[in-house]
Amino acid sequence: MKQGAEILIDTLIEEGVDVIFGYQGGAVLPIFDLLYRTKELKVVLVRHEQAAAHAADGYARETGKVGVCLATSGPGATNLVTGIATAYMDSIPIVALTGQVPSTMIGNDAFQEADIVGITRPITKQNYLVKSVEDLGKIVKEAFYLARSGRPGPVLIDIPKDVSTGKCKSLRLGAVSIRSYNPTHKGHPLQIKKAAEAIAKAKRPVIYAGGGVILSNAADKLKELAEKTQIPVTNTLMGLGGFPGTHPLSLGMLGMHGTKYANFAISEADLLIAIGARFDDRITGKMDEFAKGATIIHIDIDPSEISKNIKCHIPIVGDVGQILEELNKIAEPPEISEWLSKIFAWKKGYPLTYKDDDQLRPQYVIEKIYELTNGEAIITTEVGQNQMWAAQYYKFDKPRRFLSSGGLGTMGYGFPAAIGAQVANPKATVFDIAGDGSIQMNIQELATCVQEKLPVKIAILNNQYLGMVRQWQELFYDKRYSHTDISVAPDFVKLAEAYGILGIRVEKKEEVTKAIKEAIAYKGPALLDFRIVREENVFPMVPAGAALTQMMDGIA
Amino acid sequence: MRHIISVLVENKFGVLARVAGLFSGRGYNIDSLCVAPTDDPTVSRMTIVTAGDEKIIEQIEKQLNKLVDTIKVTDLTHTTHVERELLLIKVRHKGKRSEIIEIADIFRAKIIDVAKDCVTLEMTGNEEKLEGLIDLLKSFEIVELIRTGKVAITRAEKT
Repeated sequence: MKQGAEILIDTLIEEGVDVIFGYQGGAVLPIFDLLYRTKELKVVLVRHEQAAAHAADGYARETGKVGVCLATSGPGATNLVTGIATAYMDSIPIVALTGQVPSTMIGNDAFQEADIVGITRPITKQNYLVKSVEDLGKIVKEAFYLARSGRPGPVLIDIPKDVSTGKCKSLRLGAVSIRSYNPTHKGHPLQIKKAAEAIAKAKRPVIYAGGGVILSNAADKLKELAEKTQIPVTNTLMGLGGFPGTHPLSLGMLGMHGTKYANFAISEADLLIAIGARFDDRITGKMDEFAKGATIIHIDIDPSEISKNIKCHIPIVGDVGQILEELNKIAEPPEISEWLSKIFAWKKGYPLTYKDDDQLRPQYVIEKIYELTNGEAIITTEVGQNQMWAAQYYKFDKPRRFLSSGGLGTMGYGFPAAIGAQVANPKATVFDIAGDGSIQMNIQELATCVQEKLPVKIAILNNQYLGMVRQWQELFYDKRYSHTDISVAPDFVKLAEAYGILGIRVEKKEEVTKAIKEAIAYKGPALLDFRIVREENVFPMVPAGAALTQMMDGIA
Repeated sequence: MRHIISVLVENKFGVLARVAGLFSGRGYNIDSLCVAPTDDPTVSRMTIVTAGDEKIIEQIEKQLNKLVDTIKVTDLTHTTHVERELLLIKVRHKGKRSEIIEIADIFRAKIIDVAKDCVTLEMTGNEEKLEGLIDLLKSFEIVELIRTGKVAITRAEKT
């Protein structure tokens, strides 16, 4: 006979889990009690359950494995919600485990009871309430299978206390098979052939690659396709690192804050090859104008993404990696030298720029972090201006180096995600590029870093504003800065010191290099408070709902 | 346009909530919804009547297919199929009971309950037939009307 908690932990280990990000509570006491005695599983104790979900997500994005978080019933479970929704929007495989009040008390408004299965139904790929200890092992195995297969996503398992304390015979479970769930992996050969034909006769082709390339571990195959055909590649925010940012064929990011040359290329293209991307509104701008003259090839594992926002001409449903492998066998380079020279001229004529004066500007900070980490750091971001500057000025040559909440746009994501990434990769340099607003949403995790000895570096681009919203207010609301001034804030350096970590304030441009070097050299966690120009904007910018060619520019 | 979508799902806890949530979460309409187990007790059949343009219906089908517990989705709209719906209707006869009985006869509706001043009819049929009966009964006083929503099945191939 085996106890429920034991079945849970044994199955987790079987599924390759080596760390759980969690927080204690009444309904999970039996599980934590067993974890106390389990050597194979490391537990990272966070200071707020939201951070547990984000850390599991950061761990998953960094490693490609399933991240696991654990929280108690009621408020513990509801605190996971933002993290689960974040993972859902970006198709990140995590398994969220929640304690629940004993089965007999469910529905009675018991202490710390919440219907977390009901609450998370629209933001999980699948979720389960375990009704008997006999089902537990099978459900856990299914959860991992669903989280990592097909289009990945979060799965939640709600475990009543009597299930984790209950006992049953230990069962040997075979491989998971779910009759109603059969994702397509192999692309249809005829569609792949059609795509190759379209490529061969294209005059102005562009590859538009998203997070699916990274999820499918297909960066090498994408590079092969681009190099073989010489077709330039633009990445979505989620796709950064899926194609080397320093590659001559790279157009950087497209969309609202994308490069001008990427947006020009999309707008003039006659063939758009969308790979693992979903035509999000931050990418397309005005839908009717997006890649108006282009034939669209769309490679995606999720059939519901095909023609969801933009009508697609050659859909190929399946795993990006497998499809690219087949496509690479038959793709022929089109005659596009004229197009390429136009693109290279755009790249030269419209580079990303900012005012390079003696003031402390955020873009300069990111460039220096890029330089001093040799472009090898794992960068996480919060959401807003910090995120866009990081995406624009740090060049990612490898996948799984840029972790950012793309779909949901979750402030407070970056720091706990950095914790998850650092746990996965203790020797790497991990930077959270933060804003002074976002960092305060999960700043309590400084204690987690100290306890776990995680040398995460935090770079706060501190403009004492909710900067991105202020930018919109400046541009579209006649500078009425309604409730975006957050200059009433703690002294971040003192705060760092209060937690026993290194804090450095940087007020001048010439101090930047020294401070970053010091933070990197420092063995423990470090917080850099960059007091940047207050009203710097992110440019280029396509106003919401405008066509991609209507880019605003800050440089006179 | 109106579509009638037939969905086979796992007969499990929470599946109905997932399907209903999909419609409400994405702003799709449900005109009617019927759910019950099939000959295989582990499988349920949902018949959903919904409306939308081609693009919306395509998304509805894809999103339904995407649910882990969905086994099969069929849009019956453009197939040859039979649709039926059950109606229960309680009418105050105001002394004209025989007239109501006559109408019931014509429509092949069954009288399932009679009280001092009320008659309750049961009828199965397609939408037009049901509407026809309701229309005629409007000249009396309709006390209560209950419809099950549609169920539908494809016609067998005739050889």
